[in-house]
Amino acid sequence: MEEQRPDPTEMALPEQTIPSDELETRFQGGVRRDDRDGYEGYVVDTGKLVEFATTLRDEMGYDYLSSVTGVDYLPEAQMEVVYHAYRTSGGPALVFKVQAPRQDPIVVPTLTGVYRGADFQEREIWDLYGIRFSGHPDLRRILMWEGFEGHPMRRDYRETYFEEEGKPFKNRWPEGAVYRIEDKQPFNKNVRYPADFTPDGWVPEGDAALYAGMMKVGPDGNGNGRGLGTEQIIVNLGPQHPSTHGVFRVVVTLEGETIVDLKPVMGYLHRNHEKIGERNTYLMNIPFTDRLDYICSMSNNLGYVLAVEKLMGIRPPERAEYIRVMMVELTRIANHLWATGFLLNDLGAFFTPALYAINERELILDVFEATSGSRMMCNYMRFGGVARDLPQGILETVRELVFERLPRRVDELDAYLTGNEIVRSRGIGVGVLTAQQALDYSAAGPVLRASGVAYDVRRADPYSIYDRLDFDVAVRYNGDVYDRYLIRLDEIRQSLRILRQVIDGMPEGEIQTGKPVYQVRVPAGEAYGRVENPKGELGFYVVSNGKPNPWRYHVRAPSFINLTAMGLMCVGQKVADVVAILGSIDIVLGETDR
Amino acid sequence: MYGIGIVRGLGVTLKHFIETYIDDIRWLGRRYYNPEALAIRQGPKARGAFTVQYPEERLVTPEEFRYIPFLLYEEGEDGTQQDRCTSCGICAKVCPPQCIWIVRSNDPQTGRPIPEPAEFFIDIDICMNCGLCAEFCPFDAIKMDHDFELSAYDRLSAHIYNKEKLSKPVSYYASIRPSNYNREEAARAAKEAAKAAKRES
Repeated sequence: MEEQRPDPTEMALPEQTIPSDELETRFQGGVRRDDRDGYEGYVVDTGKLVEFATTLRDEMGYDYLSSVTGVDYLPEAQMEVVYHAYRTSGGPALVFKVQAPRQDPIVVPTLTGVYRGADFQEREIWDLYGIRFSGHPDLRRILMWEGFEGHPMRRDYRETYFEEEGKPFKNRWPEGAVYRIEDKQPFNKNVRYPADFTPDGWVPEGDAALYAGMMKVGPDGNGNGRGLGTEQIIVNLGPQHPSTHGVFRVVVTLEGETIVDLKPVMGYLHRNHEKIGERNTYLMNIPFTDRLDYICSMSNNLGYVLAVEKLMGIRPPERAEYIRVMMVELTRIANHLWATGFLLNDLGAFFTPALYAINERELILDVFEATSGSRMMCNYMRFGGVARDLPQGILETVRELVFERLPRRVDELDAYLTGNEIVRSRGIGVGVLTAQQALDYSAAGPVLRASGVAYDVRRADPYSIYDRLDFDVAVRYNGDVYDRYLIRLDEIRQSLRILRQVIDGMPEGEIQTGKPVYQVRVPAGEAYGRVENPKGELGFYVVSNGKPNPWRYHVRAPSFINLTAMGLMCVGQKVADVVAILGSIDIVLGETDR
Repeated sequence: MYGIGIVRGLGVTLKHFIETYIDDIRWLGRRYYNPEALAIRQGPKARGAFTVQYPEERLVTPEEFRYIPFLLYEEGEDGTQQDRCTSCGICAKVCPPQCIWIVRSNDPQTGRPIPEPAEFFIDIDICMNCGLCAEFCPFDAIKMDHDFELSAYDRLSAHIYNKEKLSKPVSYYASIRPSNYNREEAARAAKEAAKAAKRES
C-alpha cells in the first residue's frame, strides 16, 4: 500500500485562513497551538475559553459550532473537550480544545452562552465522560437514565458484556469455546444498579427535577396571572407514541393548548455506539455505522470512511468516487421521500402519501440490494474504495430511474401535496426558526437551509468529487414546517441533477486503492470527517494512537443536534403542532440515541 | 378557491387507483403469480400497486444479497466431503460482533494443528449479516447465503449453528451466485496454471 500513497503535498489540508500567530499573541499565554503529532488547532486555557469562543464568533466569523466532544486521554491523565467551529461562508474547521486533569470533579466552562448548539452536546459529554460544564443551564444526563452509575465512555469503564479491551477477542480462535452471552449474563443481571437501588422505592429524581423546572409557577401559584383561570399542566408525549418516529419522548408544559415550554427526552435506544466503536477495529466500525441513521446507511459509511482515510492519507480511485457519490445521492432522494411521506403522515394524511413516496424509495433500495447485498444495512464503502463493483446492468436501472421515473414522480408528489390547503395551513408559519437562531443552535441540513442559511458541506467544505459537480444549494427563507417540506423536494431535484452528471461521467477502472486488507494501519493523530447527510451534517471524530482499535470514535449526529432547537420552534405553538414540527425536523432515533 | 389543492391532489390518488386496474387488464389477469409480470411490477417501469403476494410469490433475490454465512465443501465423486475451510481464523478475526467460534483440529499422533476445522460455530442471533467474513476469506470457504427464512421454535437451542448445519456443497454456491462463482473459479484456475508453469520451468 505504501507506494500508492499520494504525495503528501497534494494531500495537505487547505491552509488555515487566520494569520498563524494572531490568536496566540492576542491571548497571551492562554492559547497555544496543538503541537502533538497528527493534531491540529489550538489548546485553550479553561479560563480563556469563553472569551476565545466569543472572539471567534464575533470577530473571525466562525459562526457555526459543528461539534463538541470529549476525549479521555487515560495514559496522560487528561480529559479533553474538542470543539469544531466553521464559517458559514465556507472553509475548513477551526479546532480548539480545552484540557483538564483527569480527577473528579472535572470542570470546564460551558459554551452555551456563545453557541446554543453546545447545549445537548455538553450534556452528552457530562453524561458519558463526567465532565461538568459550569454555568450550563440544564446539566442533566441525556442518554443514560438518571439512576445510572458511572460515566460509560471513560476508557477505564467496563460495560456489562465486557470481554477484552479490543476486538478480535482471543477466545474465538483456535479454541473457540462457544457460549451464549445470556448464559453468562442472564436477564436481570445484565444491568448494574446503584448500591441502594430498589425498583419499588426509587423516585426518578431527574424526572421530578425536569417537571419542576418546566412548571413555571409564579409567586401567586399556578396560572398565568392574567385573570384567566388556566393552569399549566405537564404532558408527556411518548416514549411510546406513533408520531415520534421511534422511542422518543417530549415533555411539554401547556397552558390550555399553547406550549409554554418543551424539552425532548431521549436515550431509550441508547446502546453506546461509540463505546462499541472503540472496542472494534477500524474496519469493523463500517457495518456499525449503517445502524446509526438506518435510512441512510450509504452516507453514514461515507462519512466514517472519509474520516479514517484522512488519517491514513489515502484517496479512492476515480471510479470509486463516482460510485460513492451516486450511492449517497440516491440515499438523499430515498431519505427525503421517506421524510416527506412521514411528515404527511404526521399531519394526518394517513399513509397514502407516505406509501407513494416509499414506493419510489423501494426502487432505490433495490439498487442498493443488488450492489451491496442489503437494502438498508449496506456496508458498502471501504477505506480507499468500495466493497465491490457495480453489478451488470445496474447502471441502466439507475439511469432509467434518474432520467425517466424519479423526476416525474417528484413532480407528481409536488402536484399532489404542495398546493393542498391542509398542508399549507398546518405548515405555513408553524415552528419558525430564524436564520440567526438556526445558526446559533447548530441546526444542520434541511432545517438550517430552510431558515435561509445556504450552508451545505458539499459546497462549503467539499469532499469527494463535489467540487467538480454542478448543483445549487437549495435554500428557503421562512424557516417554517412548510419550507422544510419544500426544501426536501428542492434537494431531491438537485440530487437528480448531480446523479445525471455522475451517471454520464462514470469512468471505468479500479474501485479500490491498494489491496483490500482487514487490518488497516492508521497513523496516530486525529481527524474529523464530515459529510452532508440527508438529515444534516454528519461528522466522525476519530483519534488514533496507532493501535488496531481507535482511541476515540465520536459521531456528530445531525438528528440529535437538530433537536436542540426543537423547544424554540415549539414554544407558542399549539400542542398538535409538536408532531408536525418533529416530522419536519426529520429525526431517526438510531442516530439520536446512538 | 379554497379546496382546489385538495381536489387536485385527489386526482393523483385517483390516477394511482386507476393505474392498477389498467395494469390488471394489460396482463389479462396474469398480473400476479407470473414471474414475467413480477419483474416489471418490481422494476422502474412499474405502474399501479406494487405489492407481492408473499409467500406464494417471491421477490427475486439479487446475486449479491447476503444473509447468514455458510461453509463450502467440495463433493468428491464417491460422495466424500472436503471442507474448503482451513481454520485459519481470519473470519473470526474480522467479524464485527465476534459471532464466529472456530475449533482447530490437531493431529492425534503429533498434536500439530492440521488445516481443517474440528468445529465451527456461528451465533446467528448475534450475526449482523455484514459479509466481511466472506469478503476476506482467502480460500473462498465461507460465503453469504440467500436463505432468509430461518425462524425456529426455540431460540435457546437452535440459534447457534454448528459445522454440520453450516456446511453446504459448492454446487449450491454456484447456483445462488453464478457470476461470483465463475469469477473465483477462473482466478483459481489461473493461479493453478501459473503454479504449474513455475514448477515446470
